[in-house]
Amino acid sequence: MSNFRTPLSQVKGHGSAKEGTAHFWMQRVTAIAMVPLVLWLCFSVASLPGMSQEEIRGWLSGPITSVLMVLLILVGFYHAKLGLQMVIEDYIGNHGLRTAIVIGVTMVCAFFAVLGVFSVMRIAFA
Amino acid sequence: MAEFRLPSNSIVGPGKHFPAPEGATNTRTVKVYRYDPDSGKNPRIDSYDVDMDSCGPMVLDAIIKIKNEMDSTLTFRRSCREGICGSCAMNIDGGNTLACTMAIADIEGDITIYPLPHQPIIKDLVSDLTNFYAQYASVEPWLKSDSPAPPDRERLQTPEDREKLDGAYECILCACCSTSCPSYWWNSDRFLGPAALLASYRWLADTRDDATGDRLDDLEDPFKLYRCHTIMNCAQVCPKGLSPAKAIAETKKMLVQRRG
Repeated sequence: MSNFRTPLSQVKGHGSAKEGTAHFWMQRVTAIAMVPLVLWLCFSVASLPGMSQEEIRGWLSGPITSVLMVLLILVGFYHAKLGLQMVIEDYIGNHGLRTAIVIGVTMVCAFFAVLGVFSVMRIAFA
Repeated sequence: MAEFRLPSNSIVGPGKHFPAPEGATNTRTVKVYRYDPDSGKNPRIDSYDVDMDSCGPMVLDAIIKIKNEMDSTLTFRRSCREGICGSCAMNIDGGNTLACTMAIADIEGDITIYPLPHQPIIKDLVSDLTNFYAQYASVEPWLKSDSPAPPDRERLQTPEDREKLDGAYECILCACCSTSCPSYWWNSDRFLGPAALLASYRWLADTRDDATGDRLDDLEDPFKLYRCHTIMNCAQVCPKGLSPAKAIAETKKMLVQRRG
């Protein structure tokens, strides 16, 4: 029935979680890191259509190319995880459901990041 | 939780029409949200044809005229009628603002008036701002200093330090900003909202305050502060021309800078 907690007590809640700045900052840092990486990817992909599969494998196994590709995958999926977490926290009010979805998104992002890195390494070290 | 559809008992229906008095030639139609939760009925939109030849220039003048001459049941807050008390904040012509400083001449077509969005309604245009005021109180908006005040004078500031408070101290707590913010709509139970965060920044920026670290500690939270995504509705609607979004960005910058 009635809630006898004072409004101030409800607003203060559990106090501060003492985190959030790292999430906010890493979102910005990864966004900035993505700018040169995505530009590099766009220019690279634009030059690929004329190449055969063997040539593309050769291109991808180059040290600079494979390192940049691994960086792109890791930074990209980390950024995606941070961004999706923010959207989920915005729109899902139920605490249990929100936590479950955030964990799920983290796992999916981690899976595809590792899959991507593994794929690049497999070609690079073939 | 984000709510994209109104609950069935909040769906707005058509209401009554109040025609202008006979002989009125210069009229404007004012459409007002009417809701009495105690009645058990859904909200409705009543429309009033107001005789502009005997009405003041502001929207507040029109609704005071409606209450005085056409429908005394209309309920709204008002006090100073000069944009300093913040009482008559409401959603006019689709944007939150003060009825007393919004000129009727600046609105095209019918004048639509709703209460501040996404707050519980007490009656008609009066929304329940209990949570909003509690959030303001929670940032402890007063000077906190462990340093004793000089015995012979006030605590001094340089003019440059005083300038840092410009744009932060003028807030009148009308709640236009917070209730225009989608992040506040979805998470007002945990997100402090632009008004409370602006009030907090007013003390973070004050060189006489010793509690900057404690204040930042209290704000460092994914929900209290970081629900702000720089949507900027707050700065757009503020009837005092302030920018809570900038104050929040400065607060985030302080939190980042103290990390190293």
